[in-house]
Amino acid sequence: MDAPMAMIEKNQDTRETAAVTVEGISMHYPGGVHALEDICLSIPRGKMTAFLGPSGCGKTTLLKIIAGLLEPSSGDVFVNGKKTTAPGPERAFVFQDFALLPWANVLRNVAFGLELRGRKKGEREEIARKFIAQTGLTGFEHHYPHQLSGGMRQRAGLARALVINAEILLMDEPFSAVDEQMRRKLQEDLLSLLAVENKTVIFVTHSIEEAVYLADQTVILSPRPGRIAKIVSTDLHSDLTPDQIRRDRRYLDMVDEIWGGLKQYLE
Amino acid sequence: MALSMRRIQIPAMFSLVLWGAIWELIGRFGGIDLIPPLTRIFVAAVETIALDKFRNALLMTGEVFAIGLGLAIVVGIPVGIVMGRLRIAANMLNLWVNIFISAPLTAFVPALMPILGIGQTTVVATVFLFSVWVIVIDTQAGILTVNKSLIEMARSFGATRFQIYYKILFLAALPEILTGLRMGVIRGVKGVIIGQLIVALLGFGELFDLYLGSFLMERFWALVFLIFGLAFILVQAVVLLERKFEFYADVR
Repeated sequence: MDAPMAMIEKNQDTRETAAVTVEGISMHYPGGVHALEDICLSIPRGKMTAFLGPSGCGKTTLLKIIAGLLEPSSGDVFVNGKKTTAPGPERAFVFQDFALLPWANVLRNVAFGLELRGRKKGEREEIARKFIAQTGLTGFEHHYPHQLSGGMRQRAGLARALVINAEILLMDEPFSAVDEQMRRKLQEDLLSLLAVENKTVIFVTHSIEEAVYLADQTVILSPRPGRIAKIVSTDLHSDLTPDQIRRDRRYLDMVDEIWGGLKQYLE
Repeated sequence: MALSMRRIQIPAMFSLVLWGAIWELIGRFGGIDLIPPLTRIFVAAVETIALDKFRNALLMTGEVFAIGLGLAIVVGIPVGIVMGRLRIAANMLNLWVNIFISAPLTAFVPALMPILGIGQTTVVATVFLFSVWVIVIDTQAGILTVNKSLIEMARSFGATRFQIYYKILFLAALPEILTGLRMGVIRGVKGVIIGQLIVALLGFGELFDLYLGSFLMERFWALVFLIFGLAFILVQAVVLLERKFEFYADVR
């Protein structure tokens, strides 16, 4: 097994320049589950980072610790150089199960982050409409979540995260609950959306293809207790358009290489 | 058996009309003084509505019922929410709530009199005791069904604790809370009548006593039906409210 690679510099510099720095995070759940062990990681600003690993390796736990939704047993999270233990306005979360309010229409759901901050109705709905348009939901403002397909629900979940204008997007298996074709469409749309919005994105996935396709760097976690097995640069966007990526030789090689590393955990 | 039962479709009103007809026949030809013909009861009901005595009783009863049910809502919903959220509250209160919801509360009413006096206060307490437990239990059940990720979502967007309670938990549990309210109304109606009969013969209790004592059976039955009707209207009002929110009950 590879030793945890690089990024262990705990100096002030990394904390300042990186969007998120994770230092020595371990997580023991009450009840005895040891989910994470000594995770040290820095997330580059303006890039997309994927957490990839077998089921139960604690990747969602790590994401929720970064979000401030879970308190780690030990270790620290720094966001923009500041130690954080709670959710903050510079981070927005996209949920695997969408977490849309079933009693609210798309417009209210998308504006919900601003509603919680006490912004006026007219004002927050105007902002929400902009992101409803950007995520391709125009015309569905007054639909309720149960009237939408899975793909559209996650578009609403994404729009809601974009509305609060957070610089860091945290996405927990965002496309795992939608079908394959819709997933591809959402992935492509996400890439073109992020080409305009300069965001730091961290997302959890169990799909190697999704990690390589979307992410600039992929963090591979080992099974429970999750440790960093390897950090792979999967940056293909700088010189390829979304359409070209899947046909590129490097894409196929990266998928193959990561699969080679992950296979051992399945035996 | 099940198949043949499904094939016969009886209109809902048919059964009502049939039993009404049987009642009418027994009333006319049965020779039982306790059961006057249904038509005479309807005539008596129209007369009763016009009586000042009835109107006063209705106002008095309505007021006592509203206060008792209001208190049950104001106490029952928060207690149910807290019991749904805090394990320690649930551990402390679950047993008591479950005892009281199934206890024969009528037996408690006389015990309230030495404390609260022989009057309206005791009847208010009776309505409260009859309706509060089911509101607590249904609210708690509603809170326990709330999708955890909705709470995480609100937290991730910086919701305050208070916002989580009234923008997420309360609304998410509303379908169950309204079911509890409907059951609370049904029990509260029982409570107010039982209270008025046992405690002090106030309001409708006084009228029941008067009509039975003077053997005015038409009036007695008229009053029974009027109270049934009022309770039915109240419950239907809650049902209408429930329908407004049921669209998301199955998709939470």
